[in-house]
Amino acid sequence: MNTEKAEKIRIKLQDSSVGIAGAGGLGSNIAVSLARAGIGRLVIVDFDSVEESNLNRQCYFRDQIDMIKVEALKKNISRIDESIKVEIFNHRLTKDTMDRPFHNVDVIVEALDSAETKTTFIEEIMQKLPDVPLVGCSGVAGYGQSGRIGTKKLGNLYMVYDEKAKDSDEDVLMAPRVILMANWQANIVLEILLGEDK
Amino acid sequence: MIEVNGNSIAFIENETVKDLLKRMKYTFPNVVVKINGELVKRVDFAETLIPDDSKIAAIHMISGG
Repeated sequence: MNTEKAEKIRIKLQDSSVGIAGAGGLGSNIAVSLARAGIGRLVIVDFDSVEESNLNRQCYFRDQIDMIKVEALKKNISRIDESIKVEIFNHRLTKDTMDRPFHNVDVIVEALDSAETKTTFIEEIMQKLPDVPLVGCSGVAGYGQSGRIGTKKLGNLYMVYDEKAKDSDEDVLMAPRVILMANWQANIVLEILLGEDK
Repeated sequence: MIEVNGNSIAFIENETVKDLLKRMKYTFPNVVVKINGELVKRVDFAETLIPDDSKIAAIHMISGG
């Protein structure tokens, strides 16, 4: 272990903040990964409660069914690291005010589910907060086909992308692929915050 | 010529974003489009003309997360 590098990273990440839109399969796993990496402050927005059907891929537990997702997630993060500041908003992101929770973060992550909401969110953030890097994801459904996944960078927008994936309404959502792409997003966040790993 | 997602194709005069997506057979309803790095919102697809020599990126947003 390179302790000098680790210490540099620890100091930088402790002073960093990330906003996450959605606390489902992508968002819950991204938040946990970034918490483990040592991000100092997380801002998480979701309107939903934990359901039994979420447990096959989302970072919640059986005894958290019916809990408000952002509250359950905050609890899970505190069990990993109590020192992380987690700001939660239990509401639905709606058009024209989607940017509001994310005005004071270094990077924004799109971790929403429907294609329509994803598109609206990305359009709105790119327009209202053009200088904040935005990490989105499209095409998580199914299993296998890891090699089809890639990063597409368009200015400040980074997309974790599999354009050949099916819509989740016509396919399945399973932990390995959802968490793979969630961590792909989290990995891009680290690269944005820390610079390229050389 | 214009470039769409890295592929060079012919420039067509007075072609809108909406027309171009149709020509490319991009049938997904939710697409994020940038022309020369500038975002074009979906509401403007039918009115925004594609300039010659432009670079267009079109990303399909697929449900799931």
